[in-house]
Amino acid sequence: MRVWTLPPDVDTDQLAPGSTMKFGLDVIARQCLLGVRPDFAPGVQRGDVIVAGAGFGIGSSREQAASVLLHLGVAAVIAPGYSGLYFRNAFNVGLLLLTCPQAGCIGDGEAIAFDARAGTVTRADGQVLSLDPIPGFLLDRVDAGGLLPQLKQRLHAKDKRP
Amino acid sequence: MSALPAMTLAQKLIAKACGRSAVQPGEIVTCGVDLAMFHDSSGPRRLQPMLAELGAEIWDKRKVVLVMDHYVPEADDESRRIVRIARDWAAEQALPHVYDSLGICHVVVPQKGHIRPGMFCVGGDSHSPTGGAFGAYMFGIGATEMLGVVTTGTIWLKVPQTIFMRWSGRLADGVSAKDMMLAMIGRFGLSGGGYQAVEFCGEAVTALPMAERMTLANMSAELGAQVGLVAPDETTQQWLQGAGVSLRAEDLAPWCSDANAPGVRHAFDASALAPQVALPHSPANVRAVGELPHTPIQVAYIGACTGAKLDDLRAAARVLAGHRVAPGVQLLVAPASVQDFKAAEQEGLVHQLTEAGATFLPSACGACAGYGSVIPEGSTVISSTARNFKGRMGAATAQVYLGSPFTVAASALRGHITDAREVLS
Repeated sequence: MRVWTLPPDVDTDQLAPGSTMKFGLDVIARQCLLGVRPDFAPGVQRGDVIVAGAGFGIGSSREQAASVLLHLGVAAVIAPGYSGLYFRNAFNVGLLLLTCPQAGCIGDGEAIAFDARAGTVTRADGQVLSLDPIPGFLLDRVDAGGLLPQLKQRLHAKDKRP
Repeated sequence: MSALPAMTLAQKLIAKACGRSAVQPGEIVTCGVDLAMFHDSSGPRRLQPMLAELGAEIWDKRKVVLVMDHYVPEADDESRRIVRIARDWAAEQALPHVYDSLGICHVVVPQKGHIRPGMFCVGGDSHSPTGGAFGAYMFGIGATEMLGVVTTGTIWLKVPQTIFMRWSGRLADGVSAKDMMLAMIGRFGLSGGGYQAVEFCGEAVTALPMAERMTLANMSAELGAQVGLVAPDETTQQWLQGAGVSLRAEDLAPWCSDANAPGVRHAFDASALAPQVALPHSPANVRAVGELPHTPIQVAYIGACTGAKLDDLRAAARVLAGHRVAPGVQLLVAPASVQDFKAAEQEGLVHQLTEAGATFLPSACGACAGYGSVIPEGSTVISSTARNFKGRMGAATAQVYLGSPFTVAASALRGHITDAREVLS
């Protein structure tokens, strides 16, 4: 998993610009992080990881700012902290956010591995960083692919009840 | 005797919403939702296909409010399509509360009497904390989470700590709630609120009219708080009376923090506060206006839920009545709601501002959300809105400064960023 590093306070206008909001994710994806890392959208590969500074996702409630990263194949974002609203949106659309106080030591282009349930990130040199715990129901939500599939499962379970 | 622990206003509102007598910070609870508000951008176009996929119905249409404010007036085919979806869906669902092209949701919804002290509300927009000005617990969520709310009527929440922002003294003339917020955001940063509850209190807050309290609560979003609360009082009661909501003293009484409630406490002196300006490209990049170098501007924008309510238009007119904006400055005014625009017309403010050189724009989110294209590339802008992230107002190369409506008007008058106290007589 290749790491793409980003500065602190990356806002939702950088992730999903307002001018693209009337279009679908394919259009938003082309503009994603254009002003911060123009090499990101054209270069990101499925399974890559974003390592950002604190305050990732500040700004708007537009959840396309989280969906667009899934759309581009991002496996997870690792940062010391997030906008609370972005944090909720990410898990609801199925994007995994990992809170790592030491995220700043991870370098751009580094190959890393993570285990969200164990709460660890393993760096290329074998160093293990610990993650802040995530409530189990949110990890379940990401595993299910987001809130929509979960609601679907719940409704179907209800229908099958005698 | 009650054995309840001392609680904050936020704790009390959450306890009521989850049907408990008390909640503790850090607990995860499920709350019943009294009001779910969304707009044309975050609402129907996202909800309708997901509801269809689920085969689910809205849990209680009386508790849903839809506002068309982002893509109106429709500027192109895509906007027409988005607003059309909202209108068709509202008709098909027979939604009882729909406000189409009447202004921005955070101002229209309270003006229509939907938000009252003690309520637990969610909004499909990040400035939803505005409702906290009325002593309601209200916060912003995304479209998928809104789907969860409209199908179940509930939402989960981690009970927050409360950060008390206590303002003593009184604001000077020409200094306003926007300056208070910019000062706090500058000091604590965009994540300073830590997604906790902020409660604004103290004599300077109590002295503020509702519109100014709404500005405080509104920009709690830029402080990174989940909610921004003001305990309701007689000012709230009188304002809501005007919105058709009658409240008794006992409806307000429960909604305040206990004196010894837990929390983090910060103190500020309102009388020492100078007008504040946020420099490009962050609402946290704040300086007192007097610390700025000479900064010429080409566009002065008075708009948005944050900075174009009736009180904001009054502030601008006080500065500009009888004068003309400086040559080369474009003054744009997009009143927050049609109701505010009409009131401003009746008070003569629209005439005064037009005479001063203002161009009036529709009561909608407009340039604040970057949905229009009124801000020229390369221009320097002073704006009464809440955000100046790079490209936020639709022009990637614009330099956007944020200030109060007083500051925007004074800057339009002089042609450079100006302390309104210098021009107010």
